Amino acid sequence: MYEILHKKTLSEVNKLMVIAAPEVARKARAGQFVIVRIGEHGERIPLTVADYDREEGTITIIFQEVGKTTMHLGTLEQGDELATFVGPLGHPTEIENYGTVVCVGGGVGIAPLYPIARALKEAGNTVVSIIGARNKELLFWEDEMRTVSDELIVCTDDGSYGRKALVTAPLKELLEQRDGEIARVWAIGPAIMMKFCAATTEPFNVPTIVSLNTIMIDGTGMCGGCRVQLTDGAKFVCVDGPEFDAHQVDWDLLLARQRFYLEEEKQAVGRWQHQCRLEARG
Amino acid sequence: MAELTNRERLHIPRQAMPTQEPLVRRTNFDEVALGFTPELAQQEAERCLQCARPHCVEGCPVGVLIPQFIRALREGDMEGAVRTMKEKNNLPAICGRVCPQETQCEVRCVLAKKGEPVAIGRLERFVGDYELNYRTCPLERGEETGKRVAVVGSGPAGLTCAVDLGREGHQVTIFESLHAPGGVLVYGIPEFRMPKGVVHGEIDYAAECLGIKVHPDAVIGRLYTIDELLNGQGFDAVFLGTGAGLPTFLRIPGINYSGVLSANEFLTRVNLMKGYLFPEYDTPVKVGRRVAVIGAGNVAMDSARCSLRLQSLRVRETGEEPGEVHIVYRRSRVEVPARAEEVHHAEEEGVIFDFLTNPVEIYGDESGKVCGMRCIRMELGEPDESGRRRPIPIEGSEFDMDVDMVVMALGTRPNPLVFNEAGGLERTKWGTAVADRETGRTTKARVWAGGDVVTGAATVISAMGAGKRAAADIDRFLRGEIDPW
Repeated sequence: MYEILHKKTLSEVNKLMVIAAPEVARKARAGQFVIVRIGEHGERIPLTVADYDREEGTITIIFQEVGKTTMHLGTLEQGDELATFVGPLGHPTEIENYGTVVCVGGGVGIAPLYPIARALKEAGNTVVSIIGARNKELLFWEDEMRTVSDELIVCTDDGSYGRKALVTAPLKELLEQRDGEIARVWAIGPAIMMKFCAATTEPFNVPTIVSLNTIMIDGTGMCGGCRVQLTDGAKFVCVDGPEFDAHQVDWDLLLARQRFYLEEEKQAVGRWQHQCRLEARG
Repeated sequence: MAELTNRERLHIPRQAMPTQEPLVRRTNFDEVALGFTPELAQQEAERCLQCARPHCVEGCPVGVLIPQFIRALREGDMEGAVRTMKEKNNLPAICGRVCPQETQCEVRCVLAKKGEPVAIGRLERFVGDYELNYRTCPLERGEETGKRVAVVGSGPAGLTCAVDLGREGHQVTIFESLHAPGGVLVYGIPEFRMPKGVVHGEIDYAAECLGIKVHPDAVIGRLYTIDELLNGQGFDAVFLGTGAGLPTFLRIPGINYSGVLSANEFLTRVNLMKGYLFPEYDTPVKVGRRVAVIGAGNVAMDSARCSLRLQSLRVRETGEEPGEVHIVYRRSRVEVPARAEEVHHAEEEGVIFDFLTNPVEIYGDESGKVCGMRCIRMELGEPDESGRRRPIPIEGSEFDMDVDMVVMALGTRPNPLVFNEAGGLERTKWGTAVADRETGRTTKARVWAGGDVVTGAATVISAMGAGKRAAADIDRFLRGEIDPW
């Protein structure tokens, strides 16, 4: 069992938890992920590593409540325990001194972006970061991102904070203004955002890395549910990724595969909310 | 009862195993074969002729003392039967259910020459189930040696190896990547063939008796590497029983549409994650209205039979038509690699077999979901390197199958993760560990391997045999009797 040592509500739907997992913390690196299962009846879900502390033996996860499991997770408190916490899984980010890099984080994608941006900064890169969310409420870790970035651009879809724009707008401007200067782009967030970031950087021929979050069970290459179609063949996100060359990904197929259990997810959420209401009534 | 003559024994018919009726069982996930009653077991045990030179034992990969345990059984000495069984087989309730007895012990039974062999597998299961319920013969831990062994993987090979080493007095820790031990016994083989209570019962019982530690959630190659286990973590030896967990997909267009699943994914959702109990359990599993399972091994049969059951559950909930489940196999019935009983059960339950048929393309609709499959008819040519007649496409025989879900059950390969930073551990071009088949020794000092990670996908019992042989070799090494490297 893995204890929740600390919980912080970042927004109504975004939660941060620090989990006691000393063995995982020993090895975790930026770009990797863990698989979490709440209890005996729980499903296994992948969550990216938002931070780690080897000395304290902890892993920080940040999640957005989008389905039954993340909603349930959000109701747990400090002192509660998770049944399963497997990791570190996937390949770590390839950190080098590339020169100038752009890190783009959308919504809950800011969480996995942070340790990558930090590692890139530590490796000597000039880091320009763009973070965005639908609205001010959903934005988090602006300060954290600022400390690991040479420049930080903040935007919201509705303009409630920072610039009113999708993250692709400042990304495109940067690519135009500093043509030939930007060595690499990382884009992490909802699949649709990553798809458009990929489309934005492609004409500029700037290598672009995305971190994919797909349906997954074991996280070790066993189920193949996470497979993604690249121009040079199918790959498994869990063992070949989670980071891939954004320009190679078949985004439409990826989006379709993510929707496969949509009906069941809706059913589970409905059932969960019903239970919560009954419990609240008492 | 007076001792029967051999003539009288020959007149006793082979006792049938009580089973759930096909039309009933295809609507539930309960065990199909219900097990012998004590009376049936007694009657079947009477059939054994107690050969002086029993050939059945030669067919058993772990060398169970078959005539002896059957004799104890028919004398009503259940404890004696259990003790005899456990001399060679630590997990009889499991083996009795999944061993291919028809090609191992029973095929060699002297009775099989003229009639039907003694139902050794059913008797083994009877003894195993008795012991799980009554615990008459706890495994005994040998005198403490102070040596520590890391067993990687808790499937049939790892479990067997761990138990044998525990009996010799070594301290064993099993590292399992999933959240529950059992390997393919829990993620792959369905509840109706291998109840999870039986697997967990066998593992818990053995681990308790022998002080074996189980570390779940431990992906070796990521959490610890083999080198770390041997050095930093202070294990004296490592046994790799990581199985063959990587699925194979056909190389045809359309395999990444939603609704094309590996059998691993489908079965793991159903079995390990209990998807058939969704939404009571959180993991969803979908089943199509027209399902095609590609392949004809045991995994294919399991996938087809799980599909039938999920369709029946849907009928109960929604009242709609159940649909169809097909096994699509490129060779003919004779070449089917699955256990005979599984094929028989699948047919009884209503699985449709399309032999000499091979998929060439999967069609998807505009939302990326499977909506059909193009196949080609095959004919059999000359035998290939496997000794089976090679299937050859019949030109111009393509046709479309109306399917909305495709399960790929085409075999599996070893997972490469465990080989991360394991310098000196050689692999074959198929990704299997290079290891001596008799001793399990790999090319890396203090590392042994056995089961599917060495042979590629094979059977539960052959993996158990490999785990057993490796345990014997590891034990000799730990006692300083040999130093192979």
